[in-house]
Amino acid sequence: MLNRKWVALIAVLVMLFAACGDGDEDTTTTAAPAATTTTAAAADDLIVGVSWNNYNEERWAKSDEPAIKAALDAAGVAYISSDAGSSAEQQLTDVENLITQGANALIILAQDGTAIKPAVANAIDQGIPVIAYDRLIEDPGAFYITFDNVEVGRMQARAVFEVMPEGNYVFIKGNQADANADFLHDGQLEILQEAIDAGDIVNVGESYTDNWDPAVAQTNMEQFLTTNDNDVDAVVASNDGTAGGVVAALEAQGLAGIVPVSGQDGDAAALNRVALGTQTVSVWKDARELGRAAGEVAVALVQGTAMADVDGMVEFTTPEGNVMYSILLAPIPITKDNLDVVVDAEWITVDALCQGVEAGSVDVCP
Amino acid sequence: MAEATTIEGDQVDERGGQPGEKRPRHSIGSLLRSTEIDGRFLGMVVALLVVWVGFHFMSGGTFLTARNLWNLSVQTSAVAIMATGMVMIIVSRNIDLSVGSMLATLGMAMALLQAEIIPKWLGFDHWATWLIALLAGIVLGALLGGFQGFVVAYAGVPSFIVTLGGLLAWRGVAWWMASGRTIAPMDSTFQLLGGGSRGRIGGTASWLVGIVACIGFVAALIFGRRRRQKFGFRLRPRWAEITIGTIGCAVVLGAVGVINSYYMPESLARQYATQHGIEWPEGGLRISLGIANPVLIAIGVALVVTFIATRLSFGRYIFAIGGNPEAAELAGIKTRWTIVKSFALMGMLVAVAAAVQIARLNAAVSGLGQTTELYVIAAAVIGGTSLTGGIGTVPGAVLGALVMQSLQSGMVLMGVDAPLQDIVVGVVLVAAVAVDSLYLRRMQT
Repeated sequence: MLNRKWVALIAVLVMLFAACGDGDEDTTTTAAPAATTTTAAAADDLIVGVSWNNYNEERWAKSDEPAIKAALDAAGVAYISSDAGSSAEQQLTDVENLITQGANALIILAQDGTAIKPAVANAIDQGIPVIAYDRLIEDPGAFYITFDNVEVGRMQARAVFEVMPEGNYVFIKGNQADANADFLHDGQLEILQEAIDAGDIVNVGESYTDNWDPAVAQTNMEQFLTTNDNDVDAVVASNDGTAGGVVAALEAQGLAGIVPVSGQDGDAAALNRVALGTQTVSVWKDARELGRAAGEVAVALVQGTAMADVDGMVEFTTPEGNVMYSILLAPIPITKDNLDVVVDAEWITVDALCQGVEAGSVDVCP
Repeated sequence: MAEATTIEGDQVDERGGQPGEKRPRHSIGSLLRSTEIDGRFLGMVVALLVVWVGFHFMSGGTFLTARNLWNLSVQTSAVAIMATGMVMIIVSRNIDLSVGSMLATLGMAMALLQAEIIPKWLGFDHWATWLIALLAGIVLGALLGGFQGFVVAYAGVPSFIVTLGGLLAWRGVAWWMASGRTIAPMDSTFQLLGGGSRGRIGGTASWLVGIVACIGFVAALIFGRRRRQKFGFRLRPRWAEITIGTIGCAVVLGAVGVINSYYMPESLARQYATQHGIEWPEGGLRISLGIANPVLIAIGVALVVTFIATRLSFGRYIFAIGGNPEAAELAGIKTRWTIVKSFALMGMLVAVAAAVQIARLNAAVSGLGQTTELYVIAAAVIGGTSLTGGIGTVPGAVLGALVMQSLQSGMVLMGVDAPLQDIVVGVVLVAAVAVDSLYLRRMQT
């Protein structure tokens, strides 16, 4: 008897907790009943369905989703969405559900670009245009919108190479299961290969980072510093999280600010490091641009525009040799010389950017 | 170690004779038995040494350097801290899969406190910030852990399920607290918890710690002998006591010596010299940095949890429950409340580990500690903790954590890439437990 009471009590607590959570969030990313009913009411209108792979990461809720919604709202198109919680299987079901809910076009952020293919093919067969958002889906019938990841890698390498044109380089790559990790590394090597072949640059350590985990990057960097007896002149890290781990390892050896480090994403902590001088570059992909582009393309497609006629379209040849209609947005490398770009875009506040920065050492910090 | 020792001792006595004393010739086994050193623990130490020497040669002589061993000690701390608590959980026939996610939640809570909440009242870098953040984290850890334990013990949900729920839920909570933002930097005093360039106690203090540890160890031996005399228990031979004391002190002081021969990196030493107005000497300035704070914390935690496990009634109850839950209940132990306490203890240790982790990284991210739960469980199991409950030792788990981290750090030194590292660690985990259970079966027949 006692047990049952406790269970009931806990159940009530959990419900209260969940209710509080709902209060803060007006966006309904999960396929909650509430979302379904509102969309059913607007069934006559055009609907765009978005399938997130993992809403549990900062940028999707903060940047991508509002931008997509704004673009759809402007055209009077309804928005529905689902979250696969990092599960490729779940995402297959999600896509089917979105179609059942009446989506006229789909924007898919794929958990696994291969596993999702049957669902995409099914949608295209039903005449529903599909936009592969941020990550590639190898289906020539889909429209691909992304930042040019190879270009991100090139920008990272270029910024570090400018500061340190020769010496010992360490490469902290991304998660080995993420295709972007290799795109980035390919771009980095495009810039550096010549100098490596000429012997100006020596690769003294290279490793993938499990789950892009900064703590793993830190441990790996400590080991590379140990094997090379601190004789490391530059670090090409593939994102801002891993760059944070690298800088922490460099700091322990008094090398932070001396050894150039790259990154990407424009994380607040990373931009602060750029202002402090401990990180050389953070390649910034304005996710709002990506969201806006996807929203606009989706609107054009549901209104009957052919993929080939979409504004800004280029043809992109995939690693498997498919030619896809695409929009490739250009990222922006943020260094201490152009920090005003992120401030002007209201991406970060001056306070957050300049925390701990000596007055006058960078232009944007008062 | 103590636990397994008693079990072995009992088995020897149950067999009636006193094989160690009556056998005419002294085999190595009987010599070991008279020192009462646990064979499994010794086996693990030998395995660790083999791994170290192997890596030393394969990595071209960088593994067994003061610097790498210093790195290794710091890199092991967080997992070692959590592994000590995991021993208690597993011994009581439970499991905690949520520690990795809880690490992220508690880390994020402490980071938000010190980077965004406390500065609103006290301003940035107030002297008390680190303490408030740490204590709040530990209290929160006890609450979260205790809550899970409560559901396990009183609602009767298997701990595997409860903590599997925790694995998912706490990761989500960590994200919600800051919408997935990276919280950085940490309070400047708090950073000292993580080691880094300033979080070390210095050469002299390290020697002091070593000497105190040595004296404590010898005192414990003498005290233990007196107590055995008082109760008329069988004594270890005098030579065995002296050997153990000498080896123990040699290991402690040797470790301090190695740590102290890792000097401040040159660029930091130059900064130090200019700050203190010291002229830069010809051969460079050699400043011993000493033991890192996280390592001290890990050692302290291991001592405290060992004490709890072997000396306090709470700890003994855990072993009793793990050995036979029904008998423990019938013997009048409040088994449910004991389980709640064990999970609360685990939560507190996760908080300490989280503090070390975010201080070391100088940032908190919601992805912190992914798959760490598996390393913590693996460390406990490699360290001889039995998943069927009732058997396990804290020092074994710490050693297990050291083995795991040695494998990983060693492979990075050798340039082995992440996928292959995972394969090796997986194989070693299974092999270690297989060898261990073979050994146990032999001991029993």
